Amino acid sequence: MATTNVTSEVIGTVWKVEKAKGDAVEEGDLIMILESMKMEIPVEAPVTGTLSEIKVAPDDSVEEDQILCLIES
Amino acid sequence: MSIAKVFIANRGEIACRIIRSCRALDIKTVAVFSEADADALHVSEASHSLEIGPAPVAKSYLNQDALLMALRVSGADAVHPGYGFLAENAGFAAAVENMGRIWIGPQPQTIEAMGDKERAREIARAAGIPVVPGSRRFSPGDTAGLAATGEEVGYPLLVKAAAGGGGIGMRLVDDPENLQAQVETTQSLAERSFGDGTVYLERFIAHARHIEVQVFGFGDGRGVHYFDRDCSVQRRFQKVVEEAPAPGLAAETRASLCAAALALVAHVNYRGAGTVEFIYDRQAEVFYFLEMNTRIQVEHAVTEMITGADLVAAQIELAAGNLVLPEQGDISTDGHAIECRIYAERPEKKFLPSPGELKRFDFPEESAGLRIDTGLRQGDRITPYYDPMIAKVITRGQNRKDAIAHMVQALDEIEIEGVSTNLEFLGQVLRDRVFCEDLATTRYVDEGSYRLEASGVS
Repeated sequence: MATTNVTSEVIGTVWKVEKAKGDAVEEGDLIMILESMKMEIPVEAPVTGTLSEIKVAPDDSVEEDQILCLIES
Repeated sequence: MSIAKVFIANRGEIACRIIRSCRALDIKTVAVFSEADADALHVSEASHSLEIGPAPVAKSYLNQDALLMALRVSGADAVHPGYGFLAENAGFAAAVENMGRIWIGPQPQTIEAMGDKERAREIARAAGIPVVPGSRRFSPGDTAGLAATGEEVGYPLLVKAAAGGGGIGMRLVDDPENLQAQVETTQSLAERSFGDGTVYLERFIAHARHIEVQVFGFGDGRGVHYFDRDCSVQRRFQKVVEEAPAPGLAAETRASLCAAALALVAHVNYRGAGTVEFIYDRQAEVFYFLEMNTRIQVEHAVTEMITGADLVAAQIELAAGNLVLPEQGDISTDGHAIECRIYAERPEKKFLPSPGELKRFDFPEESAGLRIDTGLRQGDRITPYYDPMIAKVITRGQNRKDAIAHMVQALDEIEIEGVSTNLEFLGQVLRDRVFCEDLATTRYVDEGSYRLEASGVS
């Protein structure tokens, strides 16, 4: 089992979280949508696996490189 | 009717731009600001200012209740909405008018009609303006007469989801034999993605330029145009480089574009500044109506640079009933102007935004041929809450080549530190042979020729 950190590419806020802890995700699946400077930025699963933890909630501020969630694969 | 104080329902560079025209007209201004903008330039430039709420736009600049309450206490007689935010919100315009204040913009019903893309197309058709050939809507399971409809629309064509947007749910069909299958696939994809499987067909224009006409209606069917602009260089469906006049247009094409735009102004009794946008098919040399923007636009400055007009002042004076109505024969163009939008973003990372503090924000001195519109100063923070555009640089020259050369020089002199910007990208575009000689189509940024030029592989 390997853990993959999914990080934010930008400073912004969390707009929507589309998956829940424990959900199975495939590479490319949409996990959440961030919002920064009027732009919606999709966060997609970089690997196939299970979402073991989601560290943010809607309206949370996020920094660049902040860990958003973890995927076990 | 007169206007003594204008309430500006906006922020940033356009708020500062409106303040400049109000000062010239000796009109007081009221700025509004969110918690994040308390120290912003538009607040210190305005005669008065009022806080309207927390940083997120839904709680401040889009919060109609907060804005209307601020308007009431401000004592302003008129509202200028700028662009974006509530500028094209018919309900807000009507609420301002219902409060007995002047809305500096078109009538609410015009905003509403043009805001509905399907209705806008019907209005354009009724005004005798060509629209991109399209078909009726096909619900899932309904493909009756599809082949004949495909022939009517013409190939290549796009199958588009009626509920889609931003390029999602679109399929390109070159070969009539594939149409049936592609329509069925798109219908089921749209059903799953949007909960609505309805699709329609639209002609695909492979070599399209985005050309628009600046109009100014008097509200009674009369109006004038201030010629055209080309805004083909876009990324993420947002314009980056704009110029006026549109280069390489035959005189008769220009005349018919402007006439079509004025026909629309007459048809809807358009009031104030507006823009009629067209898609120009380079190969067929024909144009189609795209949409009408019922507000002042970001790129209005290039038109002002070549016509000498102050479009914002004209908007305010028309609203106040003081405008000496311009005559078409008195409006002419002199030279060529280009605008570059400076964005806080990272072109190398798919143009992702890049907020931060402006540790350095140095621009060359403004002159007759160089205009800088911005709402920021050195030391300001660019927050993630608002649009990433941080400045507009506009140059004018005797011809397009001059204007480009002037822009290249201006871009080289700009020093911005603390955030990533698209300055280098803009410099590459302005030096790119495709942009300079062949002229850009709306696929220009995706095609990426500016990168080849930059690395010397041309």
